[in-house]
Amino acid sequence: MEEFAELLDRLVLTPARNGKLTLLVDYFSRTRDPDRGYALAAITGDLNIANVKPAMLRSLIAERMDEQLFGYSYDYVGDLAETISLVWAAEDAPRANAAPSLGDIVTSLIHASRSDAVRLVERWLDRLDASARYALLKLVTGGLRIGVSARLAKQALAQFGDVDVGEIEELWHGLKPPYEPLFAWLERKADKPQGLASAPFRPVMLSTPLEEPDYGKINAETYAAEWKWDGIRVQLTAEGGQRRIYSRTGDDISHAFPDVADAMSFAGTLDGELLVGRPSATGIEVGSFGDLQQRLNRKTVTAKQLESFPAFVRLYDLLFDGDEDIRALAFIERRARLETFVAGLDPARFDLSPLVPFETFDDLAELRGNPPHPIIEGLMLKRRDSAYVPGRPKGPWFKWKRDPFIIDAVLVYAQRGHGKRSSYYSDYTFAVWTGPESDPQLVPVGKAYFGFTDEELKQLDAFVRNNTTERFGPVRSVRAEPDHGLVLEVAFEGLNRSNRHKSGVAMRFPRISRLRWDKPPIEADRLETLEALLRDSETAG
Amino acid sequence: MLKRPEDLLRSTPAGLYCPPGDFYIDPIRPVQKALITHGHSDHARSGHESVMATRQTLDIMALRYGSGFAAVTQAATLGETVVNNGVSVSFHPAGHVLGSAQIAVEKDGMRIVASGDYKRSPDPTCLGFEPVACDVFITEATFALPVFRHPDSRDEIAKLLRSVEQFPERSHLVGAYALGKAQRVIRMLRDAGHDRTIYIHGALAKLCDYYQSQGIDLGDLSPATVDTDNAGDFAGAIVIGPPSAFLDRWARRFPDPVSCFASGWMRIRQRARQGGVELPIILSDHCDWDELTRTITELDPDQVWVTHGREEALVRWCELNGYKARPLHLIGYEDEGD
Repeated sequence: MEEFAELLDRLVLTPARNGKLTLLVDYFSRTRDPDRGYALAAITGDLNIANVKPAMLRSLIAERMDEQLFGYSYDYVGDLAETISLVWAAEDAPRANAAPSLGDIVTSLIHASRSDAVRLVERWLDRLDASARYALLKLVTGGLRIGVSARLAKQALAQFGDVDVGEIEELWHGLKPPYEPLFAWLERKADKPQGLASAPFRPVMLSTPLEEPDYGKINAETYAAEWKWDGIRVQLTAEGGQRRIYSRTGDDISHAFPDVADAMSFAGTLDGELLVGRPSATGIEVGSFGDLQQRLNRKTVTAKQLESFPAFVRLYDLLFDGDEDIRALAFIERRARLETFVAGLDPARFDLSPLVPFETFDDLAELRGNPPHPIIEGLMLKRRDSAYVPGRPKGPWFKWKRDPFIIDAVLVYAQRGHGKRSSYYSDYTFAVWTGPESDPQLVPVGKAYFGFTDEELKQLDAFVRNNTTERFGPVRSVRAEPDHGLVLEVAFEGLNRSNRHKSGVAMRFPRISRLRWDKPPIEADRLETLEALLRDSETAG
Repeated sequence: MLKRPEDLLRSTPAGLYCPPGDFYIDPIRPVQKALITHGHSDHARSGHESVMATRQTLDIMALRYGSGFAAVTQAATLGETVVNNGVSVSFHPAGHVLGSAQIAVEKDGMRIVASGDYKRSPDPTCLGFEPVACDVFITEATFALPVFRHPDSRDEIAKLLRSVEQFPERSHLVGAYALGKAQRVIRMLRDAGHDRTIYIHGALAKLCDYYQSQGIDLGDLSPATVDTDNAGDFAGAIVIGPPSAFLDRWARRFPDPVSCFASGWMRIRQRARQGGVELPIILSDHCDWDELTRTITELDPDQVWVTHGREEALVRWCELNGYKARPLHLIGYEDEGD
């Protein structure tokens, strides 16, 4: 348990992705089965064990400690699991050989009822050190929150076994904690686990951005064009009575979209974009990205959400037709099979992403500049002869995104960065003007921490240090007056309405595109500009 | 005859004052006569007319403030009693940093021990705390909450060395206070077998030299200065500096550093997170909760006076355990410094 506890402690505080990977790989190599497998499951969220409620933990500690002293402690620390892990005084000093391993703990908890679980936890708390107590309490209250996605964990496995992450993703849904066959394969001690799951995830094909040197390659004989939809990429698989909706990284998100899953009465594997929209006389009318957000990142979905924001999938590829693997066929042949396939599906839940006709590259540039719908974020260009291959090969598929939106905003706060950037003020909050022209006020509209060069970072940092007006811990507010301050050109992909921000808007994917040292702050944009943009994006469908 | 302990020592705006002896202990304002427990700057301030402290504390004050920091200095020998205006004064090791002492003040059969800052866990760079029986024990309360239980310091040093192994291409920047903590970290790294050059920030140089002159072997130290073209030399190295330096431009010279902080505060994850610390090293020069309560139990004084830190929790513990206790409300000591 100590190794797992140390891993969690390190992961939480390590900001860099590579650092996290190193820690995970190191852990997988140092730790034995089944502990490492259960740790993996805990991180990816695939561990189903009895949950212990916070109230039960509070009553455990109340039996052992003065309430007032616990109160002072909890007030100071602010996190219940951490407080208990630190104040817990073992009835006897912990003995090394009596400390349970992660495997012992998980296997006992899998079979325990909730009330048994509390008694087990109490016994283990007496035998573990503070760090391991914390890990245990986080495990049983179901909130690890260590900033490691399932995707990153799989990446670490790939690195550990020196295999492609696609292979791990493909296998993943057939495997169960503690993943002993997987680790055995990754350590070259056994063959690759085979065909364990029905309806497995198939690694998706990704595109590369189209850049100027490649413009000349694009012509109507070689490439077909489609709209690039701003939804979420999904893979739908139905076989052998199993129906699954996968995200593009292989996470099973079927439970969040029962409306789509219920309509998956086919056999095969489809690739498409999950969107929100309603059937109308002329096909499905697509909702805005804001509507789609009502359905994202939810564990459960209510009847009202299903009713107000119905989901559907706009299809653009067919990987398996029944049990026939057609990934090796040319795009244009798969496309013909797809058109036939879609004709047999529920038209309220599935439609076809149309091909966009064009003759010349200039036609495409024109289409890209004036897409017919706000939920379109550009064009996809696919070689007519391309097979469906996993990963991101350059050439067969290009994405050509529309230009980002641009505004000029004023730097108002800067926050110290993490890791490599901890000596720099590298996270910037920016604002636009609002209120009457005679008395303009700045209202923050977003935060960005990339888009600038290392040289520009130094200049920004120096500006922040030389123009600080107030400090709040790691944050500094900087001078931002009509005629003194720094204007940042901010690029972003879109706007959503937001109740959490005073300005009422939230930007998607904002980044600093230019430093406008030349521009006086009063000439930065006004909130009205963003509000108009927001209205445009909501007149969708 | 003294009626109450407050007649022997009491808190005043300038600090803890002894009326019959006419001296202060660790005063925060310039006074005529000051007795100083240890060299940390919130306890050992400059500007007093006369200062009495251990030889090492006087040396450290001279390093920090210049040799003329007081008109009169008097070196206290540990364990030896000196009488000042009928008040007996003696200094006893406190185990906090090199030269640190508790000060026992006694008159008419009443003894008060002002312990300054102290700890009970082992420290290879200073003498260990020596319990002195007393009527009133004045204790610090920097980490006086049951959540503060410092782990074995050797395990913490091992954690640092393991990280150096895990990330051989990065440098490890260890934030540690310039007096005491820095030298303790270095000495403990040596004890754990780390014999490579350790790089130190300029602010540490004089104090490290002084520790070495007092017989504490810190091994091979080198200033952490870089020319622009040798930044790679720090890959895999341990660099020690005052915590403030790591948030400053100074830190940029090191390749992709792992920021570490050696402090008792690192017990609380949120403190580490807020400070941008990647590797917390829980290493304190103050007592943790168990050491505080164990010390009070061991000394068994009539009264406990609690100062600088989380007084309320320790006073509560004293009440629960039958000790008469009160907070002293001294101001001017940073409870952050560890």
